[in-house]
Amino acid sequence: MTVELGQIALLAALLTSFSLGLFPMIGTYTGNRRLMAISTSAALIQCLLLLVAFGILTSAFVNQDFSVEYVARNSNSLLPLHYRYSAVWSAHEGSLLLWELILGLWIAAVALFSKRLPEVFRARVLAVLGWVSAGFLLFILFTSNPFGRLIPSAAEGLDLNPLLQDFGLIVHPPLLYMGYVGFSVAFAFAVAALLGGEISRDWVRWSRPWTLVAWAFLTIGIALGSWWAYYELGWGGWWFWDPVENASFMPWLVGSALIHSQAVTEKRGAFGNWTLLLAISAFSLSLLGTFLVRSGVLTSVHAFASDPTRGIFILIYLALVVGGSLALYAARAPKMIQGGGFAGLSRETLLLINNLVLTVMAAMVLTGTLYPLLIDALGAGKISVGPPYFGFLFSWLLVPMVLALPIGIYSRWQQDSASRLAGRLMWPLLISLVVGAGFWITVPGIGLVAAAGVSGGVWVTAGSLFYVGQHMSKKKHFKIPASILAMTLGHVGLGFFLIGVSLTSATSSEQHLRMEAGDQHVMSGYTFEFNGTRIVQGPNYTADEGEFIVAKNNREITRLYPQKRQYAQRGNSMTEAAIDPGFTRDLYVSLGEPLDDRGQAWAVRIYYKPFIRWIWLGSILMMFGGFLAAGNKRYRRKIRANKTEQTGTKEVTA
Amino acid sequence: MTPTRKRRLIAVLVIILGVGAAAVVAMKALNENMLFFVSPTDVEEQNLPAGKRFRLGGLVAGGSVSRASDSLSVKFVVTDGAASVDVMYDGILPDLFREGQGIIAIGELRPEGYFEAAEVLAKHDENYMPPEVADALEKSGHTVESATEKDT
Repeated sequence: MTVELGQIALLAALLTSFSLGLFPMIGTYTGNRRLMAISTSAALIQCLLLLVAFGILTSAFVNQDFSVEYVARNSNSLLPLHYRYSAVWSAHEGSLLLWELILGLWIAAVALFSKRLPEVFRARVLAVLGWVSAGFLLFILFTSNPFGRLIPSAAEGLDLNPLLQDFGLIVHPPLLYMGYVGFSVAFAFAVAALLGGEISRDWVRWSRPWTLVAWAFLTIGIALGSWWAYYELGWGGWWFWDPVENASFMPWLVGSALIHSQAVTEKRGAFGNWTLLLAISAFSLSLLGTFLVRSGVLTSVHAFASDPTRGIFILIYLALVVGGSLALYAARAPKMIQGGGFAGLSRETLLLINNLVLTVMAAMVLTGTLYPLLIDALGAGKISVGPPYFGFLFSWLLVPMVLALPIGIYSRWQQDSASRLAGRLMWPLLISLVVGAGFWITVPGIGLVAAAGVSGGVWVTAGSLFYVGQHMSKKKHFKIPASILAMTLGHVGLGFFLIGVSLTSATSSEQHLRMEAGDQHVMSGYTFEFNGTRIVQGPNYTADEGEFIVAKNNREITRLYPQKRQYAQRGNSMTEAAIDPGFTRDLYVSLGEPLDDRGQAWAVRIYYKPFIRWIWLGSILMMFGGFLAAGNKRYRRKIRANKTEQTGTKEVTA
Repeated sequence: MTPTRKRRLIAVLVIILGVGAAAVVAMKALNENMLFFVSPTDVEEQNLPAGKRFRLGGLVAGGSVSRASDSLSVKFVVTDGAASVDVMYDGILPDLFREGQGIIAIGELRPEGYFEAAEVLAKHDENYMPPEVADALEKSGHTVESATEKDT
């Protein structure tokens, strides 16, 4: 009976989302404060109902209720308890429910933490979010109900896809969705501002912390996905330019542009319309990503089974959201914030470069992802676009952005002089050139592109750190303002990321080998000795576990135990790589398949991956930068200060 | 024309030029890195030139997989029911590679008449069939479960 309650909770949430979308919105146009006040309770009730629905599905998994079709497909009586929790979002229906739950949490957070905003504006933001939520709930209820019964009930579940039985799957989707869905708040702020024809730029400041938090979550979500792919797929790669990865990367690129353009609009009033457009685009790309992933139109290594009829629903939803918000933008934007002018060399110009590069990057990724669909639709054949396309374009597009970044940090708003900037940036420039040249000379086979990449990473890192140093010496004390610290963390993170990517892609070694017990292989100065395999029994699988002794200069460094698992229920096998991680290098071994009947000889992959951890380390720093910037007291204080001023003008704008 | 306007005009022109140049370069890169999907029937009918990279997709024919005893070389046959192509690959096959499974191999035809794969892909999900492969199989009159979910 209980799963039916889950369905009822979803229906009730749908009704609540309609009232959230409708009544407060009517209230803002009729000036009815009681109608506007509905928004808070509706947001909270909706969130509660979604929690109930999600909790019921989770308990069906925990209690192994195989009469529920979704549970029977994605769980098994042998599945360990912690994976039963994460199995809830392992397939289409449950992951949409998770998406909707997270949207409900964001809406409730907006309702709780934006009490200081002007009443009308706040009611509009929540109402817009109500419509977004209603669309998703309709989608879930009509095409992807997770609470469907299986009659007769299954005796045993099919088991969770073994690839997903992993820590990475427990944390990756919720964090990624926090980011994806979080852009809906920035979107709602932009749409509410357009609806109200806001001339003041206060709304940009109000939306900044929300955008930053969403961006930080998306950053860490993508990084975790990359890390998961690295250790779980067993091919040692960290990014594949796969359409599904691109789907999450496009909102990230536009989101990164957005957090920078918001800064310009808040501080200087420039780029006002551009900020609106980016806020709309970031969320639209999140939706597009959902469409691409969920509709099954893409060929992708991530493509889990999916159903085309669902695609049509999302496509209609996407058309309504994008079309509606762009139409509103076209009608209202010309009357919105008009910014101050700026000179050719100023912080505005440098941030303009940042924004141009990031949006062009997003457009390139979009082109590479959608072009195959277009060609197919035209009947001109089935094609795919390979990683070299993306790699080539990104390495070139990064050049102007990396060059401009430290200059942007030091430059002044409105106007600056080249000689002043040159004086301040001399040291970071020198350091980066020396380090780049040093790598080029000392590291064999690194190549000019990677050396330039390292140099660029050092330029960004050193430029950011020197700025903090100069700030401290000027102020004669060691307290760094949170905003500067946040910016520095974000940019140093990017610097580390660039260094990591350059070194990993240029100097990694990889070998596919046929190894028998007792065989040795030397690669990049490390000796890998294979000691044969033994059988290991897991909770729901049996595995062949190999033992490798890794030595350098005749001294043992570590022993690695990669596994080849055979999952009982689905009967499929899975590679579990063994990794010895390190700050400057990873050693990575994975088992291919047994090559003879006696199980003596194995296909083995070994990798030496220098500086690969820096990719994720950089991403973690970027995430902290985002959270720290969002937590800035300034946003809260200024909203409070503005409250009196705003309530005075409220009647006019309404 | 006021100085401000002049500056804005220059800025807009620079941006348009920059974006235009990026678009041209991107289209060129796109065309160079485009890989066509080809079914075994296409290979038989179209007489494709050797040395051109493409993606070959179909089912791994039953009983066709054979391994070398002293290296990682492996030979198998990819079929769409109507035609088939011999594939050579030197490397480690993905976990879900098996006879009867839909796969995609990226590589080129050799003058000797076989397909040399540089990469072999099978999918994460054993219920999943690459849409191209499903299409190709249907065209050749083979009945398969399509890319949609199997009813279980």
